Amino acid sequence: MIEVVNLTKRYGQIVAVNNINFTVQKGEIVGFLGPNGAGKTTTMNIITGYLPSSEGTVKVCGYDILENPKDVKRRIGYMPEQPPLYMDMTVKDYLDFVSDLKQVDKKKKRAQLNDIMELVKITHVRNRLVKNLSKGYKQRVGLAQALVGRPEVLILDEPTVGLDPQQIIEIRKLIKALGKEHTIILSSHILPEVSAVCERIIIINKGEIAAIDTPDNLSKVFGNSTKFTIRIAGPKSSVQNLLKGICGVKYVEVASQKEKDVYDYIVDTSGETDVRRPIFFELAKFGYPILELKTLSMSLEDIFLQIVTEEKEVN
Amino acid sequence: MFAIFKREFKGYFYSPMAYVLIGLYMLMSSFFFLGNLYDGNADFNGNLSTMGFLLLFIIPILTMRILAEDRKSGTEVLLITSPANITSIVVGKYLAALCVFLVMTAITFVYPIIIAIFGDPAYAQLIGGYVGYILLGASFIAVGVLASSLTESQVIAAVIGFVSMLTMWIMDYLASFVGGILAIVLNWLSLFSRYYDFNIGILNLAPVVYYISFISVFLFITIRVIERRRWSQG
Repeated sequence: MIEVVNLTKRYGQIVAVNNINFTVQKGEIVGFLGPNGAGKTTTMNIITGYLPSSEGTVKVCGYDILENPKDVKRRIGYMPEQPPLYMDMTVKDYLDFVSDLKQVDKKKKRAQLNDIMELVKITHVRNRLVKNLSKGYKQRVGLAQALVGRPEVLILDEPTVGLDPQQIIEIRKLIKALGKEHTIILSSHILPEVSAVCERIIIINKGEIAAIDTPDNLSKVFGNSTKFTIRIAGPKSSVQNLLKGICGVKYVEVASQKEKDVYDYIVDTSGETDVRRPIFFELAKFGYPILELKTLSMSLEDIFLQIVTEEKEVN
Repeated sequence: MFAIFKREFKGYFYSPMAYVLIGLYMLMSSFFFLGNLYDGNADFNGNLSTMGFLLLFIIPILTMRILAEDRKSGTEVLLITSPANITSIVVGKYLAALCVFLVMTAITFVYPIIIAIFGDPAYAQLIGGYVGYILLGASFIAVGVLASSLTESQVIAAVIGFVSMLTMWIMDYLASFVGGILAIVLNWLSLFSRYYDFNIGILNLAPVVYYISFISVFLFITIRVIERRRWSQG
């Protein structure tokens, strides 16, 4: 559906996007993740044809953005970070204008606009001036604008930025629902958002792709959980020595005291062998009961930070 | 293109912009018309050239926001990522400003009508004068559109527009100082040396072609400016 090959964008000396490659399948929801200034918006601007690339090609539904811009633009709905709204128009007039601009069939226009307004829940504000709407509603009008013409591909740049938690949840639900009919690329620098909505994540850092995978796989690959926290009742030093003696345990740290003679320990293992059973039997032998055992899985947040900082170290 | 034209034209009337400009223009031109009334003079063409001078102030304000505002408010993204190409965006916007100008001009018809009721004006000269006046205004709008494409700031766009129009106004005068090839080149840009003929009632094809090519060249440069900016930076 979307093919990005060797895409590079230079602003004078600065390389904003450096040789990135990825493809998005039909019906997928893909998240662009990266710190501010990583090149997310630039990439989106190139895919939508707002900016030309310095090198490389972008193909949407088989059409090249530079050779057949019209065919590509017809198939893309774009919501930039700042929704492109005309403040002095009413919502209805504005969407009317966008329909004409996107050359929506005159006969279908009315019904389609009504559907879209219903879908993003702006029907009741349709006669109000855009400038008088709250940020959340402006964002929805921006989303409605992208949906006009029912494009196959939706590109949403930070769709939930500046919204309150309630609105964020609603917009996320909406995006998920839209994902059934549209191919979606959305960008964000907020992890939970991407992991909640997207089927695949592309992590961009300093204009380069750091990782592409599903949220689950990213957790598995980068966060092969080798750390446990264990709450054990028993004298601190002997428990610590016991744990250290178990094959596969690399490192033991006493985290905190919970009750008298009850401590939390953080156990770091090599990850090759499962140490949970040996720990249980060993402690049982000495009569130190395990009160709690948790794997410390890496959250996407940790993975993201890890990838981003690893890159820094390499550089 | 029609969608952009329609929105832009309506846009002038969503805001007080068109009303204020038209009102101001009518007020000022009616002062000049007072001369006709007091003196019982049926010659309106003198007024038309003074009104042409007024356009130096009115047109930059009319065109200042036309492209600059889209850039500032981010709506440029919507226009450029839509299937409409840049040519139709620029031409659509130009035509919208032109239509507001034509509405403004149509209202001034009230003066010659009053003259026609009470006097006996030279109709051919009047028509010639109006054709010249409209072509002059249309060329000014093209200059204003180009000025608006150069910057994000409406104020700067208005100032650039005003200064370039003023320069064109005194171009004959400048040309008379330098002489030689430079004078000829400067005369190419002189909108007014072509205007005088119209005002004495000569309807010649050459100046009409000149004005139309002037407009086309300025709109073409505007399109190139926008394209160039896309390719060079963000």
